[in-house]
Amino acid sequence: MTVGGWQPARVVEAVGATPSARLLHLQVPGWPGNEAGQHVDIRLTAEDGYQAVRSYSIGSYGPGETIELAVDEIPDGEVSPYLVRDVLPGDELEVKGPLGGYFVWRPGGAAPVQLIAGGSGIVPLMAMVRAATDAGAAASVRLLYSVRTPEDAIYRDELERTATDGGVGLTWRYTRAAPDGWTGHVGRVDDDVLRAAVWEPGREPIFFVCGPTGFVEHVADALVGLGYPSARIRTERFGGG
Amino acid sequence: MAVVSRGFGARRRESDPRLPPGQYLTEDFPVLSAGPTPRIDLDQWRFAIRSETGSQVSWTWDEFQALPIEDVDTDIHCVTRWSKLGTSWRGVSLDTLLESVESEAEYAMAHSYGGYTTNIPLDELRDGQAWVAFEFDGEPLDPEHGGPARLLVPHLYFWKSAKWVRGLTLMDDDEPGFWEQNGYNMHGDPWTEERYW
Repeated sequence: MTVGGWQPARVVEAVGATPSARLLHLQVPGWPGNEAGQHVDIRLTAEDGYQAVRSYSIGSYGPGETIELAVDEIPDGEVSPYLVRDVLPGDELEVKGPLGGYFVWRPGGAAPVQLIAGGSGIVPLMAMVRAATDAGAAASVRLLYSVRTPEDAIYRDELERTATDGGVGLTWRYTRAAPDGWTGHVGRVDDDVLRAAVWEPGREPIFFVCGPTGFVEHVADALVGLGYPSARIRTERFGGG
Repeated sequence: MAVVSRGFGARRRESDPRLPPGQYLTEDFPVLSAGPTPRIDLDQWRFAIRSETGSQVSWTWDEFQALPIEDVDTDIHCVTRWSKLGTSWRGVSLDTLLESVESEAEYAMAHSYGGYTTNIPLDELRDGQAWVAFEFDGEPLDPEHGGPARLLVPHLYFWKSAKWVRGLTLMDDDEPGFWEQNGYNMHGDPWTEERYW
C-alpha cells in the first residue's frame, strides 16, 4: 500500500442519512479503488489558507472513482458540521488514501464474519456488508447494530433489504428507544445480546467491531469474557477530538 | 496549490505552535488499539530486554518500581491527527533500562501483551527521549491507555508508544512492526508528517 499526495475531489451527492448524519458521494479522479473497511483523510482549506484534516471511514468499496462517506456531526466539531450542514454538490475538497491495511475484510475466508457496530461505526462495516453481498458470501456474515433510536441508524433501508433471504444476518439493538411494536429489550449491548446475535464460539468467527470508544471497549471485553480469542477480534474506536 | 473548500472555516479552532502540522488539539484522551484491551496482573507482569546476541534481562513489577522513577511532562501526537498538550506521566527512563544490556544493535522491536509490536531506532529511545510509563495524571495507567505500563516515546507518533509493553528485542536491522506492516511509516516523526508509507 503506497499512499500518494492530496488529490482533488468533488462532492457529487449529499443526502441526509439521519438527523445528524449525511451521506457524501465524492468523485476522486484517479482514485485507485479501496478495500472494504479502509478510510480516507479529508483536507479542507479555507479561503485564507487555513486547513483542517480528519479521517473518515469509507462506506463503499471496490474499483471506481466515486467513494461514499457517512459523516456524523460531532457537536462543537470543526469539520463534521461543515460536511454535514454546509457542503453542497459541486463543492471541492481534497482526499488522501485509501488508508489502513488492518481493519479490512476480503471475501474468500472460510470463517464466518461477525460485524458489530455502534452508531456511525456502521460505515466501514457497511462496506463489508456490501462486499460480502456482492461476493455471494452474505450468508456467512452477521451484523449486530446498536443505535440509540431507529432514526439514528445510518443505512437502515439498505440493511433491511440486504438482510432478506440468504443475506446478511441482521440484529438491531436500541439503547434509548425502540420502534413501535418492538418486543425486545432496550438497552446497551450485553452478554445476553451477544450470545443471541453472534456466531457461536465453535464456529470460530472473525470479528470487526467499530464504534465509540466506550462501546468498543465494552463489546470487546465482553467477547473475550464469552470465550472468543482476542486475536480474532479486530477493533476500530473513534471519539474525542 | 490546495483546493479551497467553499464556505469552510467558520468553526475553526485556534492554532498553537506546539501542534505539529496536520494535528488538532483534543482535551480528552482518545483510545486507539487494534483489538480488545489485555488485562495483566501485576504479579504476572514482566518487562524484558533481549539483545541481538540473545542475552536477556528482565524485571518484575516490584523490581521495576525500585528503579529510578522520573516525572515526564510532554505533548503527545497521534497519527489519527489529535494532539494532547501538557500531559504528565511517571515512568522509568529507557536510559536506565538499557544500561543493563550490552548491545551494538541500532533498532528495537517493542513487544506488547496482546501481540502488538512496533519498531523504533535505538537512538530514538536514548538520551532522555523515552520511558516505560505506569502513571498518567497522577493515577495508575488505565488498561485502555496501556496499563499497567506502556512505552512513552512522545517525540514520535503515539503508535510507537506501545501499550501493555512487555519488552524490547534489540535488532541489527530494522523490521516493521504491526502498524508498520499495515501502512504506517517506519519512523513516525510528527513534525515532518511521517504518517504512511
